[in-house]
Amino acid sequence: MKRVIVRLEDFGKSFFKKEVIKHINLDIYENEFITLLGSSGCGKTTILRSISGLDKPTTGKVYIDEVDVTDMDPTKREVNTIFQNYALFPLMTVYDNIAFGLRMKKVDEEEIKTRVNEMLELVHLTGYEKRFPRELSGGEAQRVSLARGLINRPKVLLLDEPLSALDLKLRKEMQIELKRLQRKLKITFIYVTHDQDEALSMSNRIAVVRGGKIEQVGTPSYVYDHPSTLYVATFVGEANVFDAEVKKINKEKKLLYLGDNFVSKYSKNKYSEGDKVKVVIRPENIKISRTLKKENSLKGVVDELIYDGSNTKLMVDVDGMIVKVLVFGNDHSYEVGDKLYLYWDNVDMNVFGEKDER
Amino acid sequence: MKNNKVLDNIWLTLVFIFLFLPIAILIIFSFNKSRLNIMFTGFTLDWYKELFNNSVLLEALINTLIVAVISTVISTVIGTISAYGLKKYDFKGKKLINELLYIPIVIPEIVLGISLLCIYSFMKLELGMFSLILSHIAFSIPFVIINVNSAIESMSANLEEAAADLGASKFKTFFHVVLPSLMPGIVSGAGLAFTLSLDDVVISYFTAGPDSNTLPLQIFSMIKSGVTPDVNALITVLLLMIFTGIFIYMSISLRRIKREGV
Amino acid sequence: MKDKLHKWLFTLPVTIYSILLILLPLVYIFIISFFKSDSYGGMITTFTLSNYIQLFDMVYMRIFMQSIIIALVVTFICILIAYPFVLAITHKNARIQKILITLVMVPFLTNSLIRMYGFVVLLRKSGVVNTFLLGLGLTNNPLKLMYNNLGIIIGMVYTLLPFMILPLYSSVSSINKSLLEAACDLGANKRKTFFRVILPFTKPALFNGSLMVFTPALGYFFIVDVLGGGKIMILGNLIKNQFLTARNWPFGASISVFLLLITFIIIGIYRKTGGKLEDLG
Repeated sequence: MKRVIVRLEDFGKSFFKKEVIKHINLDIYENEFITLLGSSGCGKTTILRSISGLDKPTTGKVYIDEVDVTDMDPTKREVNTIFQNYALFPLMTVYDNIAFGLRMKKVDEEEIKTRVNEMLELVHLTGYEKRFPRELSGGEAQRVSLARGLINRPKVLLLDEPLSALDLKLRKEMQIELKRLQRKLKITFIYVTHDQDEALSMSNRIAVVRGGKIEQVGTPSYVYDHPSTLYVATFVGEANVFDAEVKKINKEKKLLYLGDNFVSKYSKNKYSEGDKVKVVIRPENIKISRTLKKENSLKGVVDELIYDGSNTKLMVDVDGMIVKVLVFGNDHSYEVGDKLYLYWDNVDMNVFGEKDER
Repeated sequence: MKNNKVLDNIWLTLVFIFLFLPIAILIIFSFNKSRLNIMFTGFTLDWYKELFNNSVLLEALINTLIVAVISTVISTVIGTISAYGLKKYDFKGKKLINELLYIPIVIPEIVLGISLLCIYSFMKLELGMFSLILSHIAFSIPFVIINVNSAIESMSANLEEAAADLGASKFKTFFHVVLPSLMPGIVSGAGLAFTLSLDDVVISYFTAGPDSNTLPLQIFSMIKSGVTPDVNALITVLLLMIFTGIFIYMSISLRRIKREGV
Repeated sequence: MKDKLHKWLFTLPVTIYSILLILLPLVYIFIISFFKSDSYGGMITTFTLSNYIQLFDMVYMRIFMQSIIIALVVTFICILIAYPFVLAITHKNARIQKILITLVMVPFLTNSLIRMYGFVVLLRKSGVVNTFLLGLGLTNNPLKLMYNNLGIIIGMVYTLLPFMILPLYSSVSSINKSLLEAACDLGANKRKTFFRVILPFTKPALFNGSLMVFTPALGYFFIVDVLGGGKIMILGNLIKNQFLTARNWPFGASISVFLLLITFIIIGIYRKTGGKLEDLG
């Protein structure tokens, strides 16, 4: 069992009597890269700010390394934050910005010098000491703010959408950079983003936040393959969502109808006859064929083909609903207007009852 | 869009002539041989010599500068602290205070002047340098606050949080991070306070005492009895000082405009 | 504990200041405006409305009217001078704009009384302007340029002009250039662009400037004293006389309250029409 470095216990937060965070419990482990993923206003930043101490929770407790820090001042917590807008001190040089945390701790200037240089090297900014923030590009500024946050050797680094102001190419580069830093320094990173690609590609674990609650926590592949709710299924990764109805029940197997057309065998006991359910299938899990398969298959017409260099996305019209299908490479013979059948394996199918949803 | 440059320039020239004429005329006559400010009859520096023997005038000048410097320093400190405090903290009566702060700016100066006069007499405060400086502080603070406020608005939002996050206490944050960021606003607030103090006639008129005769008050009484040309010389010296200050300020800010390419 | 100290340190001075030097004096003025004055320049602390009734005396009403008319004329002239001036400035490049706007400020770094004295030298009967005009033979008799309403208005326009120029300038210069280009592009000529785009955009600034010109113009007694020659009176002179010459403080206070009332009504209208106090600095 890994050591818990941050623990949120029954943590809740209200602003002006409006409950923004609703009694969250979450354990964050040593040396992991965890991402709080959610759309804007879901409360993910509020969680982050309570860990850093910039906001105080309304209810519950926050522990850092087993110590209750709920009422501890941010200045005393061994956590540092990387802000979305970098928040570099405009009138200080890069050197002074990075040295700030150590100076506040009254570390002697000799040591500060070695450690700042170490940091500059770490973020590939050696030679930038004398520059001012306004003379830096967005990527450079973000590296400086990383160096400034990391120089205190915090137990946890909190990152609040740090890459959202950068353009796509730079963002991809910085994602790799962040991952590299985290592995090298073995510091827990708590990363907040609304970008599911970022979350999937960087994290050891993802916590999907919605409406002030944590909907699901798990490794990226587990959350992707086994979303616990319809929201998670559609928010993390692309998904086709079908309306379906549970029709006939045998002992072990139920038959699931997608509209009037097709029947699929389904073997979980959660639903009873007549239940309306949603069936979620990832585009890359749908297979295509020109001939009818036995089960799990729908008939459709190719509406559009989108080739992006590595994959082809087929938009297939199934009774007026557009179903997305992902095919590797350009390895298919379909044209717009072709008739085809879609089918899939039962394991790739996630079913959510309507009553499961809030 | 095409603009009529000739008309533009004519109007600019006329307005600037209007603005500078009354001052230019005083400067010119400070070098005039004739005692009468009517015709330029010949160049002389006599009035400057006379000025240095005119103790009343010199004392008024010194008083003016003392009042301006002290009231500027105090109102800048209080104004800066207050702007920051009003932004950062919520407390009872803050709304009222925010409204009150606009009063010295918007009401006619004479009302502020006489109301201060009345309250001083009510508090048995004798009119003099202290009451004069206090009054100048009273009308300067709101202007400083407004200037500092706009600097606070343009300060990046997370700076203080970043400082706290990095272990800086509130006082350290204020002195190391907030204050440097607000400097442009503080400087322009102080500049305004200083200017307002030098320019003020109305409030000084009511709140100065016999020992606190300032330049405007001295000139006011002289206009009635007759102005000697050494006043022209004094004004020229004063202007020279002010122009030097402006020139320094301008060359700094113009260089900044150039550098930042605004 | 330290946090409390921080809060106190940053909020207490402004609280003391605004109560002691703004609220209290005004409340006090309001209170003594209901007192009676005795014949020795003191006050009798009994409640009376007689000071306010006295305001409606024809003598004083005439001074109020005269004051307001002068202030209105001054405001109007300031607008007429400032608007084309500001537009002309904004047609220049940023560097020149900065220089010109600073130049506008320069005369105002000297004391306003000094500048009024400059006007006396210029405008009096044997002053520079008249000597010049007589010398050129443009006029046979010296013109009466001061010791009348003209002199007062010249002095007030001069003193208050920057309060019109500065807000107008910051408003006009903040109009997005592309907005004007769009107007041009859509076929608006210069006149239409001005009335449809620039004028509506600068309305708040115009009101703001007018307020900053109009209210002081009611009170600048020293301009009237210096350039008006002692015969003409505005509200400011009346208040000054009551406090310093007649020593009837309660009556002076009631005039001040009246003047405050005018100011607050104007500001009330300003805020009702969506103006913000912040813009009045």
